[in-house]
Amino acid sequence: MDWLFIKEYYPLYIRSAVLTITIGVLGIVLSVIVGMICALCRYYKIPLLNGIAAAYTELSRNTPLIVQLFFLFFGLPKVGIVLSPEACGTIGLAFLGGGYMSESFLSGLGSVRKIHLEAAASLGLNGAQTMKSVILPQAASVSTPAVCANVIFLLKETSVFSAVSLADLMYTAKDLIGMYYNTTEALTMLVIAYLIMILPISIVFTLLERRLRHERV
Amino acid sequence: MNEDVVIEVRDLKKVFGENVVINGISLTVKKGETVVLIGPSGCGKSTLLRCLNGLEPIQGGSVLLHGEPVEYGKRSLYRIRQKIGMVFQDYGLFPHMTVLDNIMLAPVKVQKRSKQEVTEEAMSLLERVGLGDKAKSYPSQLSGGQQQRAAIVRSLIVHPDIMLLDEITAALDPEMVHEVLNVVLDLAKNGSTMIIVTHEMAFAEAAADRVILMDGGIIVEENPPEKFFRDPDTERARKFLSTFSYSR
Ligand SMILES: Nc1ncnc2c1ncn2[C@@H]1O[C@H](COP(=O)(O)OP(=O)(O)O)[C@@H](O)[C@H]1O
Ligand SMILES: [Mg+2]
Repeated sequence: MDWLFIKEYYPLYIRSAVLTITIGVLGIVLSVIVGMICALCRYYKIPLLNGIAAAYTELSRNTPLIVQLFFLFFGLPKVGIVLSPEACGTIGLAFLGGGYMSESFLSGLGSVRKIHLEAAASLGLNGAQTMKSVILPQAASVSTPAVCANVIFLLKETSVFSAVSLADLMYTAKDLIGMYYNTTEALTMLVIAYLIMILPISIVFTLLERRLRHERV
Repeated sequence: MNEDVVIEVRDLKKVFGENVVINGISLTVKKGETVVLIGPSGCGKSTLLRCLNGLEPIQGGSVLLHGEPVEYGKRSLYRIRQKIGMVFQDYGLFPHMTVLDNIMLAPVKVQKRSKQEVTEEAMSLLERVGLGDKAKSYPSQLSGGQQQRAAIVRSLIVHPDIMLLDEITAALDPEMVHEVLNVVLDLAKNGSTMIIVTHEMAFAEAAADRVILMDGGIIVEENPPEKFFRDPDTERARKFLSTFSYSR
């Protein structure tokens, strides 16, 4: 292990980790919003929007992120829309994640039993009151494990950002290997950087899920 | 229009695809009356109750609550349904709320009544049905009979003009049937207006002001309980009652 090399270049990893996290968080927040809107369109079977949301969900879930990024980065400029690598990363992640989040939210909404909807209706609750007091609290606890899994999946997917020349973690590692051939050190730091980013989140989610499980008993 | 009429059903028709479930039913329930609705399984009793508070679209006729039409899918339903309490076979308490929160949801969120007043009424109703110590429990911590009594309170606290009870003891173990029926009998004797679907004939006889036998999508017989259970007019009623006789 070349400790001097590591000491020299670990700041580069920190800088690119910050970029990865920033775009990752932004993309995930957007994917939650997109996913929630799509799930509601499908849950209420809103004409037209229902079909669009379903088609979008299939499209985003059944194409690889790298293809979606290529489309944004190399395809769109052909029709005159030029996006920065950062915008491509954020939009790409939101596009991919929106589909997964939509599925997870929809399965939560759909898990609420019909009798609870009818009980709410017969008490005189309107649609919004039923959503807020009866559907969402039950759906949230059902959806949480899947949403958490999506977040971790999406954070890991950020590793393909370098394909659109975003200077993320993967990009930094590849760059260092190309310049200095310190493959072992560069890759070790890459693995550690991802672990430091994702492991704490993973642990928090596990605790959260455990709490939800107990609450539901 | 007669002030005393709470609900009026005129020539109601309800169809599921090819299946004509309700084929012209007319029915009037007056204030303070307890009507017991009986009939073989699958004859459309639940469907009739569901049509009465607009949970199902209807294909003919009308349902009027105090003269105002109850129409599936209409905005006015949210207001009208506060006047119609419904209790289901499977209780339908919200699992993520305590008993007290279940009961307070509609009066506080829908009727915008003060929390303090509602809490007081909720506690006194819970006492009345023997659940004074269960206010802070979650539904999953209660027996079926306790859940059903809590569900009755949840409907009562909205102060409905009429209560619809659909086989509310059918999912209960035998030893819990009594505790629930006693609550309902108490309501019936204290002037509540109710339509009750049940297979408990002894209870029907004790609680009803009027018994209605449904079959084949129509009302077959309608009589006071003394007449219906001792000397029914129709052969169909006699036959239906005989299916219960082994248990006497
Ligand atoms: N949502 C539905 N879709 C199709 N058929 C239904 C539906 N609900 C009830 N039915 C049919 O209507 C008939 C009456 O059902 P129901 O009202 O539940 O009877 P009961 O309560 O008297 O046992 C049955 O034949 C049943 O299959
Ligand atoms: Mg039924």
